[in-house]
Amino acid sequence: MPRITFPHVGESYRSFKMLMEDLGNEVILPPRPSKRTLDLGVRYAPEFACFPVKILLGTYLETCPQGVELIITSGGVGPCRAGHYAQLHKKILRSLGYQVDIVVFEPPRLYPLEFLHNIQRLNPHRMSYRAIYECIRRAWRKLQALDNVEKLTHKIRPRETVRGATTRAYRRVLEWIDRAYSLAEIEEAEQSAIEELKKVPQDPYRDVLRVGIVGEVYVLLEPASNLEIEETLGNLGVEVERSLFLTGWTRDNTWAETTEGLTVKEAALPYLPELLGGHGRDSIGNTVLYAKRGFDGVIQLAPFTCIPEIVARTILPRVSEDHSIPVLTFFLDEQTGKAGMATRLEAFVDLMRRKKAARRTA
Amino acid sequence: MAVRVGIPSSLLYYLYYPAWNTFFSELGARVIPSGNTTREILDLGVKEALADACVPIKLYFGHVKALVGQVDYLFIPRVVCLNRETTYCPKFLGLPDMILHSIKNVPPLIDVRIDVREERDALFKAYRQAGQVLGATGRVIIQAYRKAMATERRFFSLLRKGWSPHEALQILKTGSRPPKKKGRLTFAVLGYPYLVYDQYISVGLLGRLKKMGVDVVTVENLAPRVLYRQKDYLEKRLFWTLGDLVLRAAHYLLRRTNIDGVIHVTAFGCGPDSLVGKYLEMAVHQYRNVPFMSLSIDEHSGDAGIATRLEAFVDMVMRKKEVGLQCPGSLSPM
Repeated sequence: MPRITFPHVGESYRSFKMLMEDLGNEVILPPRPSKRTLDLGVRYAPEFACFPVKILLGTYLETCPQGVELIITSGGVGPCRAGHYAQLHKKILRSLGYQVDIVVFEPPRLYPLEFLHNIQRLNPHRMSYRAIYECIRRAWRKLQALDNVEKLTHKIRPRETVRGATTRAYRRVLEWIDRAYSLAEIEEAEQSAIEELKKVPQDPYRDVLRVGIVGEVYVLLEPASNLEIEETLGNLGVEVERSLFLTGWTRDNTWAETTEGLTVKEAALPYLPELLGGHGRDSIGNTVLYAKRGFDGVIQLAPFTCIPEIVARTILPRVSEDHSIPVLTFFLDEQTGKAGMATRLEAFVDLMRRKKAARRTA
Repeated sequence: MAVRVGIPSSLLYYLYYPAWNTFFSELGARVIPSGNTTREILDLGVKEALADACVPIKLYFGHVKALVGQVDYLFIPRVVCLNRETTYCPKFLGLPDMILHSIKNVPPLIDVRIDVREERDALFKAYRQAGQVLGATGRVIIQAYRKAMATERRFFSLLRKGWSPHEALQILKTGSRPPKKKGRLTFAVLGYPYLVYDQYISVGLLGRLKKMGVDVVTVENLAPRVLYRQKDYLEKRLFWTLGDLVLRAAHYLLRRTNIDGVIHVTAFGCGPDSLVGKYLEMAVHQYRNVPFMSLSIDEHSGDAGIATRLEAFVDMVMRKKEVGLQCPGSLSPM
């Protein structure tokens, strides 16, 4: 049985673990990124590599000593640097003496044969494609369940009456989903998880601000890399909506709520007609959409030196002005401190509250 | 009065200015480049651009600021792809948008998109679009385009002969060639043209080396045909044209034996270089012990600091050459 690992992206590891074990691999679970992960990553990654490179390298360096043979990760077609992470990581890991191989999943539409070949490498028992498809379907459903539950916590946390009750309930229900195996079980676990979360005592009359979160995909999806910004905001009485989830964009919302039915791409068009790789254009498009949907503010999260987000950040002040929506940007790296971030967030929330109050009296 | 077209003297200026200049001059416009980088231009850029942006982008903002108010149009093309394979850094792709949305009172931009992957004559169509902004018509544009391409070919062939863009521009203008002396050493100076040839931001790197009797080979001195023949230098092709060329040039030069040292010039905060630099470092280790130095440049680079490092490096290479011993290890920081 090949021993495999993969990057830690939020709670998604629960679903990937199930999928890989179903296919007959031994999974070495990536630990949640910690101080130690960062230290390891910073030591061996290039200095100006973006933050995710360092976190992922650190994660691999934590799992590789446990005998990992194969790392599974995603690729990309550029021009964002993320498309080259896997090759860089492999070179660095090899130079440190770990004989690991990396399976890179590139967009299957561009490289269909490579995609099938990669799947076969992860399929030691020679299961049929039909069986593999069933496994992927269950894993996908689990991923959706995880995302749905997380979305719900973003709504409930700002309204909870006992601080931390949502997070505690969330930790509990994650285990239920984790243990569900068949499609029916996953759906049942999701249902009861949602019910359990709704039982958290809430204050329905609280004045809650709505903030959209845009930016680079990894720092959006991995709470350990953005210092749990969603939780911090929730505790400040802010309902967040993240523009990006692993199982897809929040397209349904944006279509329904803007009268023009704009897509993210169309919304970004007046500001940035070019696709830059990464999520630079999405950051701009989503900011426009959040403004049109009447959000109170937008927070952009980006790794330090992230190229597409720097372009987006240069343009965002104009978007903010045109649509009169406050935008706050965090460039995250290993030096970012939680207290500093909390202070900036508090100031931002105060600003939004005042703005909202002024609009109400006007 | 003729229409004034401003061209910021940074980024792709060092490769395509002769062609752009010829094209717009042929259409009857007056081309105004922002000129060599100065302290004022850099300060303007640092003030205007985002703090997290890389130095070249800040510098470009400075050059644009220096032209504001002096020109009727600014030529800032969106260069996506010129060789059908690789694109440019995302910051180049978003350059006109960044300028348009963050600099106040910016004159109208001529921001044609150039992506030769789209169709066969995409390059001509981009030029035609640029010409139409100035009100030129069919035949005039075709003629100007032909002349521009002829200038570009002459310019590039001068570069391949070992001249730097500044010297090549001089030769194109006056026809007289500056004298050339053979130095004691030959260094490969690898980096992006807008860093290597910008005398201010590189703190006079090329001039200093010349004074110390060092001949310099840059990426632009090598024919792309030769570079694209380099195979298997990486598992996956790099996405960025300039970074890709730097790495290919490194492999090509390291395989030949007449290079005494390699200097990698990189800008603080450069995204692609975080990868290119690492791969370069690995490549230098892989071939043989060629002394290697990475020179990181930012808006605060001091004269004395760079001079000291360069002198030390040249001395070390010189001694190694005299002794004829293999020097253990390279200077690269690991």
